[in-house]
Amino acid sequence: MRSLRAGRFTYVVLALFTAGSLFPLLWTAIAASRSNTRLAQTPPPFWFGGNLGRNLQVAWTDANMGTALLNTVVVAGTVAAGTVLFSTLAGFAFAKLRFRGRRLLMSLVVGTMLIPPQLSVVPLYMLIAQLSWTDRLQAVILPTLVSAFGVFFMRQYLAQALPSELVEAARTDGAGSLRVVWHVVFPAARPAMAVLAMLTFVMAWNDFFWPIVALTQNGSPTVQVALTGLGRGYIPDQSVIMAGALLGTLPLLLVFLVFGRQIVGGIMQGAVKG
Amino acid sequence: MWRSRRYRWDLRWSPYAFVAPFFLFFAAFGLFPLLYTGWAALHQVELTDPDSMTWVGLRNFTRLWDDEFFWNALRNTVTIGLLSTVPQLAIALGLAHLLNYKLRGSAFFRVAVLTPYATSVAAATLVFVLLFGRDHGMVNWALSVVGLDAVDWQNGTFASQLAVSTIVIWRWTGYNALIYLAAMQAVPGELYESAALDGASRWQQFIHVTVPSLRPTIFFTCVVSTIGATQLFGEPLLFNGGAGATGGSDHQFQTLGLYLYEQGWVNLHLGRASAIAWAMFLILLVIAGAARLLRGREASR
Repeated sequence: MRSLRAGRFTYVVLALFTAGSLFPLLWTAIAASRSNTRLAQTPPPFWFGGNLGRNLQVAWTDANMGTALLNTVVVAGTVAAGTVLFSTLAGFAFAKLRFRGRRLLMSLVVGTMLIPPQLSVVPLYMLIAQLSWTDRLQAVILPTLVSAFGVFFMRQYLAQALPSELVEAARTDGAGSLRVVWHVVFPAARPAMAVLAMLTFVMAWNDFFWPIVALTQNGSPTVQVALTGLGRGYIPDQSVIMAGALLGTLPLLLVFLVFGRQIVGGIMQGAVKG
Repeated sequence: MWRSRRYRWDLRWSPYAFVAPFFLFFAAFGLFPLLYTGWAALHQVELTDPDSMTWVGLRNFTRLWDDEFFWNALRNTVTIGLLSTVPQLAIALGLAHLLNYKLRGSAFFRVAVLTPYATSVAAATLVFVLLFGRDHGMVNWALSVVGLDAVDWQNGTFASQLAVSTIVIWRWTGYNALIYLAAMQAVPGELYESAALDGASRWQQFIHVTVPSLRPTIFFTCVVSTIGATQLFGEPLLFNGGAGATGGSDHQFQTLGLYLYEQGWVNLHLGRASAIAWAMFLILLVIAGAARLLRGREASR
């Protein structure tokens, strides 16, 4: 690793990048605290006003944001839990167990990453319509419950983080596979499981294409679906829309504030080995 | 005896049990739909009655061939894809280079540039719609401050495509920068030392050491971004300000993903939507093939 010290120029440019990254978010909050009339004036507001409470309340009731947030927590939570569990199991098998067809199955996993989601959206919709799942949360949970990226990520991690001798030792002690998973694999995989859980949660929270096909604003919308409904009025109230956007983004920003470093580490780790 | 038999049985079959959930879910919600799309593309199917399918052969495809909106969406997907991917990756490379210096507060900068990644397409696009507003948007206000004319970001063809691309660039540059940064940190320091001994400036080191070492990573991000660009959907849908899936009054920023959605879920033609999906897949395959050729040529150099 290089250890060139950064000059003043570097800090200035990085500060500009940071400002560019954060400004739209800050401005969402500013716009959400103003009135629709104020947003339709020039120059646009640069600082907070006093309408935040009112706008949040209208967004909350008009767009059903309370239900939507709850739904999204359920969806993103279940998807993250399922992805982490199934990816860890499969990742362990691919990294440490010998079985017939292992290579072929692993290349199948990697191959599935290349299939664009649009390619399955029509039959998937017909499938959930057949099961009368339209507008139900399982329609967005089940199709995303496993992830090829997750399997790949856990396999890479466990291949180096879990000593094979540890598995062998547990085996010699007569532990069955489930015991090995519980007492050896899960403890070793915990850091990667946490990172994968956060990445999956963020992705599931922000998922857009499939939820907007499978769910409507009148059924059980996720936050993203509810947000698209806010903009559809004849005279849209921009400040309320911004309040909705704020409500939909804030929970993830809090996650980022707390776990940002780990998420950054996870992305960089996944990148090198990917 | 019974114990050891159970033990052997466990050793033999548990690997399959561990990988089974992935393949079961994938078969049900990935593979089956994938094949069925090809089948549905050969039928006339309406969203109102998805159970009744009429065989029409290749008609959905021949109609696409003569469909000006399809070609328009394809063109837009290519332009918006280029407008968003090329600057995004170039900026990310420069940003990663800066983040690779010994920095005070490096964790802060990394988290800060990644924050847009945590913002959803919906939230981001709604904000940028306001920022790019024609009459009172902040971008046009800033232009007026420096003495430039206001731009109609929603109705101009190039302007709207640029605006849509900006949203993509904003959300993904930090993410790609972190991927580049990870690869940069794996470059052996001796390479830089010997370059420095040869009298290479920092810029020359960047061009002659960093970029070549990163070539596989750059290739990887190009592929991922290209796949992402062919699937653009949320940004052009919501940039239209709730006016439907047309991608602007004149379809000026309608992408293939959005056109698929319009055909399937606005015009209710699921068969034609399936044909568009397969067309998108074929285009991706062509791109993947071209990329492979390119890489093969590079490797043989």
